[in-house]
Amino acid sequence: MNTSPYILWFTECDRSKQNSVGGKCANLGEMLQANVRVPPGFAVTTHAYRQFLNGRGIGDEIARMLDALDVDDIECAEETSRDIRQLMSATPIPPAIEDAICYAYEELCAECHVDDLPVAVRSSATAEDLPGASFAGQQETTLWVRSAPHVLIRTAICWSSLFTARAIAYRKEMGFPHDKVHMSVGVQKMANSRAAGVMFTLNPINGDRSKIAIDSSWGLGESVVSGVVTPDNYLVDKVTEGILQRTLSPKLIEYIPNHAEGKVEIADVPQERQTSSSLNDDEIINLTILAKCIEGYYHVPMDIEWGIDRDLEFPENVMLLQCRPETVWSSKPPTRVIQQSGTALDFVIANMLKGVRVK
Amino acid sequence: MSENNGSNRFPSPFNVPTPEGCEGWQDLYPYYYVFSDDRREFEDNRFWFQDAMHHPEPLYPFDTITCESWWVALGEMNTRVFIVPPALGIDHRVLNGYLYISALPVANPDDIPGRVAHFMERAGYYYRHWDELYAQWQAKAEEAINELKSVRVPDLPEMEPIETVTEGRGLTSAYDMIVAYNRAIENMHKMWHLHFEFLNLGYAAYLTFYGFCKQAFPGISDQTIAKLVSGIDVILFRPDEELKRLAQKAVDLGVADVFKQTVNPTQVVETMSASEAGGQWLQELEKSKDPWFYFSTGTGFYHLPRSWVDDMTVPTVAIRGYVEKIQEGKSIARPMEAVQQERDRLAREYEALLQTDEDKNAFREQLGLARTVFPYVENHNFYVEHWHHTVFWNKMREFGQVLVKHGFFNEVDDMFYLHRYEVQSALYDLIGAWGSGGEARGPKYWPSRIAKRKEIFANLKKWSPPPGLGEPPEVVTEPFTIMLWGITTESIQNWLKPAGNGEGAKLLTGFAGSPGTAQGPARVITSVEELALVEPGEILVCPITTPSWAPVFTRIQAVVTDIGGMMSHAAIVCREYGVPAVVGTGFGTKSFKTGQMLRVDGNAGTVQVVE
Repeated sequence: MNTSPYILWFTECDRSKQNSVGGKCANLGEMLQANVRVPPGFAVTTHAYRQFLNGRGIGDEIARMLDALDVDDIECAEETSRDIRQLMSATPIPPAIEDAICYAYEELCAECHVDDLPVAVRSSATAEDLPGASFAGQQETTLWVRSAPHVLIRTAICWSSLFTARAIAYRKEMGFPHDKVHMSVGVQKMANSRAAGVMFTLNPINGDRSKIAIDSSWGLGESVVSGVVTPDNYLVDKVTEGILQRTLSPKLIEYIPNHAEGKVEIADVPQERQTSSSLNDDEIINLTILAKCIEGYYHVPMDIEWGIDRDLEFPENVMLLQCRPETVWSSKPPTRVIQQSGTALDFVIANMLKGVRVK
Repeated sequence: MSENNGSNRFPSPFNVPTPEGCEGWQDLYPYYYVFSDDRREFEDNRFWFQDAMHHPEPLYPFDTITCESWWVALGEMNTRVFIVPPALGIDHRVLNGYLYISALPVANPDDIPGRVAHFMERAGYYYRHWDELYAQWQAKAEEAINELKSVRVPDLPEMEPIETVTEGRGLTSAYDMIVAYNRAIENMHKMWHLHFEFLNLGYAAYLTFYGFCKQAFPGISDQTIAKLVSGIDVILFRPDEELKRLAQKAVDLGVADVFKQTVNPTQVVETMSASEAGGQWLQELEKSKDPWFYFSTGTGFYHLPRSWVDDMTVPTVAIRGYVEKIQEGKSIARPMEAVQQERDRLAREYEALLQTDEDKNAFREQLGLARTVFPYVENHNFYVEHWHHTVFWNKMREFGQVLVKHGFFNEVDDMFYLHRYEVQSALYDLIGAWGSGGEARGPKYWPSRIAKRKEIFANLKKWSPPPGLGEPPEVVTEPFTIMLWGITTESIQNWLKPAGNGEGAKLLTGFAGSPGTAQGPARVITSVEELALVEPGEILVCPITTPSWAPVFTRIQAVVTDIGGMMSHAAIVCREYGVPAVVGTGFGTKSFKTGQMLRVDGNAGTVQVVE
């Protein structure tokens, strides 16, 4: 368990910690509380951010610079933004905060059994989820960050992204005080999927909500999302979690991460894996449970990107990567089975008269 | 197999040759029960399919009484009692010893609306009063069984007892013989009328709910629908519960090790009798036997295989399995509460997935009716095919014994090579000779004929009947045809595929009978006696599983059967045990060999040889 005031693991986050970890990280915490597994990681708290500003005394200076700013003057805003961000990057992070971040990162590497684990470093501001206040420009994300020193550099860049010209202008326009928005930073394991894909919490072929439909292929999910392979398809009963259908396809290529170069590469799938199922039954059932938890969390049919991570062990490796509400069937009028209400006997007679076609 | 040439027709019953050595097979069956030129036009224009589920083997002449009984009883309930709107009954014919059946539709569609009105009144009455009528039924069924038990098969004494005179009886053992036989036969017909009193309506209600679920939740498995409806406290499981009780008693009394030494029932009883505790256990055994061991190890339709009460092999093997579990510290109790909770959860969650109030209401209505009718659907089997028929076949053996004694037969079971009308004649022959003091013809007449019939029967057994005859119809409306025999587009198409007998096949497909997957060595068995050979962890491959085999399931990993459909009597029990099963593979016992490694997928309905 972590005791540093500067770090909260995602597993420790929830909505009540929004002031400490920002909207994005609080949301990840909420998902975990709802049994929705996401790639592991931690938040550098807003407390760390404030310590950085106040401990080094640059907070007051930034406030003065902002007071002097005339937002209508675009050039002036750009200049002020540049000055503030230069000041921030020139200011060293206090050692206690540096230690806490480095320690947490090493712990994450250990958990995933990978040295210099590639992580995504993302900004997570406290006000970003407020209605009408998207604070464009704050969405700083860096992928493929490896090693503790790089995590520190990227953390500082996330902090300073609170002061891009656009973000400053936006807050002014919305009448939102600059010192009421704080920045947390999320550090999260990059997906390193052995198999990945997309699943819907309904059958996309007919809109049947009693099914989970899973598309899956080898490697990272890009192959499924972009449609360059015909994925394996599994149809699962949402209520019983029983696998109803398995349709396997030859999967000729896969996307795999190149850690050293920080990019994704296309590789040929060795023949013996091409026609074998990219998921085993336990993984299919675990994904089904994941899908049900996600749908339960959002209360609408969902379109979910998921991955089975190489670096973790089952079932910890089955995780949500991204999700959004399903739009095709959800926007149609509800499907109905019967057109007229009736008694059980009416239905029995109707059914008898229908019979079963045999050819 | 079928003489199929890619067309959509099965062979005409008039073009199927008589197998070698079976000439004269028609004499084993009544004139009305075989195809004939007299009705050729009618018979040739129908689709017939072989009832491999209930009658996979050629019919013993006497045993046609069960088929003939259900021919009348099923049909009349559709046709004359409840007036099922689009369907009449199911017609029967025997070809080369095998039973073929054909669903008869209402010929004129204009008649259907009028039939709907009658059906609403009549079936509506039964559905509304189901519970009270069913309670009444249970009493009627038990009464019928008691009537049959009370039939006394008389001996024919040298001289009638003196009471015949002193009580002025006027009637004799000869008369008693006629009465006893007729009563027993009448009783069989009665029981089969009762069998169908509720069953057609029960299936219709279940099928309606089934159809709704298939439409609302496309692809939902048959097992899940059955689970939604299944009762919790089902009489069909009671015999097995008794075995668990006996296993526990054996452990408690310290005599459980007897089952480690032997599963030969006679030896078990001998060993038990030797000790006081064993004696106590035997008393417990007696308590369980009536009625719970009146449980056929087959379908009950035939005089063979025998019931638990006649041959204790199956219960003994099963008790050993339970003893092993108890000694391993595993629970053998049925998790009733968990089953109940799971059933409620399934119903709640499926209903919640429906998107309109009308659909939710329809789901509740249909589920409610299906649950009302299902106890009958699940339980009638124990009363009729198991309990009653065990008594019936043994009662018939008593007549067989009389005829053996008087030289008509060499052995008791020769009886079953005679049709029931012939037995009636033989008994009359006997009492005629007894009464007159003359000589019966039977001892000269029957033994050679029975020997010939046994030959014919053995040859009929070797023959593979085509699954269908004539041209399949476009639509089947008869509820049994759909529910029990699973007659669908796929099944008929499968039958039409030119196929061999599956020998040496590496992959077989059947119905997904019970979910789950398993891998293990095959144990191919074709008779009940071989059940004792089954080793823990094996995959049981057999022609058909009947409920009474189920206790053996505790030792095995999976079940593969040649015959069976979605609601075959055994399927309910297979699912209950949570053992993966693929049923209706057609050729499992022919394709696989004992010891071969098999992979069974009870979700997909496939069985594969693992190389």
